[in-house]
Amino acid sequence: MITLSHFIVLGAILFCIAVAGLFINRKNVIVLLMAIELMLLAVNINFVAFSRFGHDVAGQVFVFFILTVAAAESAIGLAILVLLFRNRSTVNVAEIDSMKG
Amino acid sequence: MIDPNLFQLICFYAFSTVAVVSALAVISLRNSVHAVLALVLTFFSTACIWMLAEAEFLAIALIVVYVGAVMVLFLFVVMMLDIDQERLREGFVRFLPVGLVVAVVMLVEMLGLIGVRVMHAQTLGANPAGASNTAWLGKALYTQYLLPFEIAALILTVGVVAAVALTLRERTGVKRQQASQQVQVNPRDRVRVVKMAAEHPADAAPAQEPKP
Repeated sequence: MITLSHFIVLGAILFCIAVAGLFINRKNVIVLLMAIELMLLAVNINFVAFSRFGHDVAGQVFVFFILTVAAAESAIGLAILVLLFRNRSTVNVAEIDSMKG
Repeated sequence: MIDPNLFQLICFYAFSTVAVVSALAVISLRNSVHAVLALVLTFFSTACIWMLAEAEFLAIALIVVYVGAVMVLFLFVVMMLDIDQERLREGFVRFLPVGLVVAVVMLVEMLGLIGVRVMHAQTLGANPAGASNTAWLGKALYTQYLLPFEIAALILTVGVVAAVALTLRERTGVKRQQASQQVQVNPRDRVRVVKMAAEHPADAAPAQEPKP
C-alpha cells in the first residue's frame, strides 16, 4: 500500500539530488538550469501527493501554475543563456563576472 | 493472483528508482546532451508516479508540456551552443564533497521530519476526484481559480515576448522588409492606367479550321 510518506520521501530525495547538482556543477549554467527544473519537479511531487491524500484540489491546481511559470522561466532563462553565449562565447559561470558581483 | 496493493507498491518503487537514478545521471553526466536526455527520463518516470497517485491530467500535462516542449527547447539550445565540456568540469571533484555533505544532511533532516512512524499512517483511500481527474481539476480551475488562470496565460505571453525580445538582434548588411514604407506606398507611383480602345478578337483573328 502506498502511503503519503512514500511520495514525500521521493520528493525529498530528488530535491537533495538537485541541491547537490547545484553545488558540484558550479561552472555549467545549463546544468544549473536543469537542477532548478529538478527542484521544481520534487516540489510538484509533494503537491500532487498532498492533494491526493488531503482530498483537496488546490494542490493540483498549484502544480498546474508551477508548470506554467516554470515553462516561462526556462524559456527566458535559455534566451538569456543564448544571449550570454553569443556575447561571451562561454557558459562558464566563473567567467560571467562583468558586473563584479 | 497478485495483490493489487502490492503491485501498486512494486510499481511505485520501480518508477521512483528510475527517477532517482536518472536524476543522479542529470547532475553527474559529462555530456550536456546526455544530461538533458536523463532529465527527460526523470520527468517521464515522475509522470508515471503521478499516474499512480491518480493525477492523470497533470501526468499527461507533464509529458506533453515538459518533455514535449521545454526539454526539446533545452536540447535545441544545448546542441546549438558549442560548449567546451572539459573546462566546465574543472571544479567537479573539488566541490563534490561539499555538495554531497549538504545534500545528505538535508536529506537526513527531511527524512527525520517526515519520520519513520508516519510510514504506515495514511493510505491512499478513495479518490477525491471521483471518476474523472480532469473534470475535477477543470471545475476548480475555471470557477474558483479563474483569475490566476488568466494571469498564468498572461505570464506565458510575457515569457514569449521576453524570449523573442532578448534574442532578437539587428544585423547589418541584410535586406529586410520595412512595413511602414510598404504601407505608405502610393498606387499612383507604381501603376499607370492607359486608356485605349477595346479590341474585338472575332474581327481580328482569322477563321479557324474546323476540327475533325
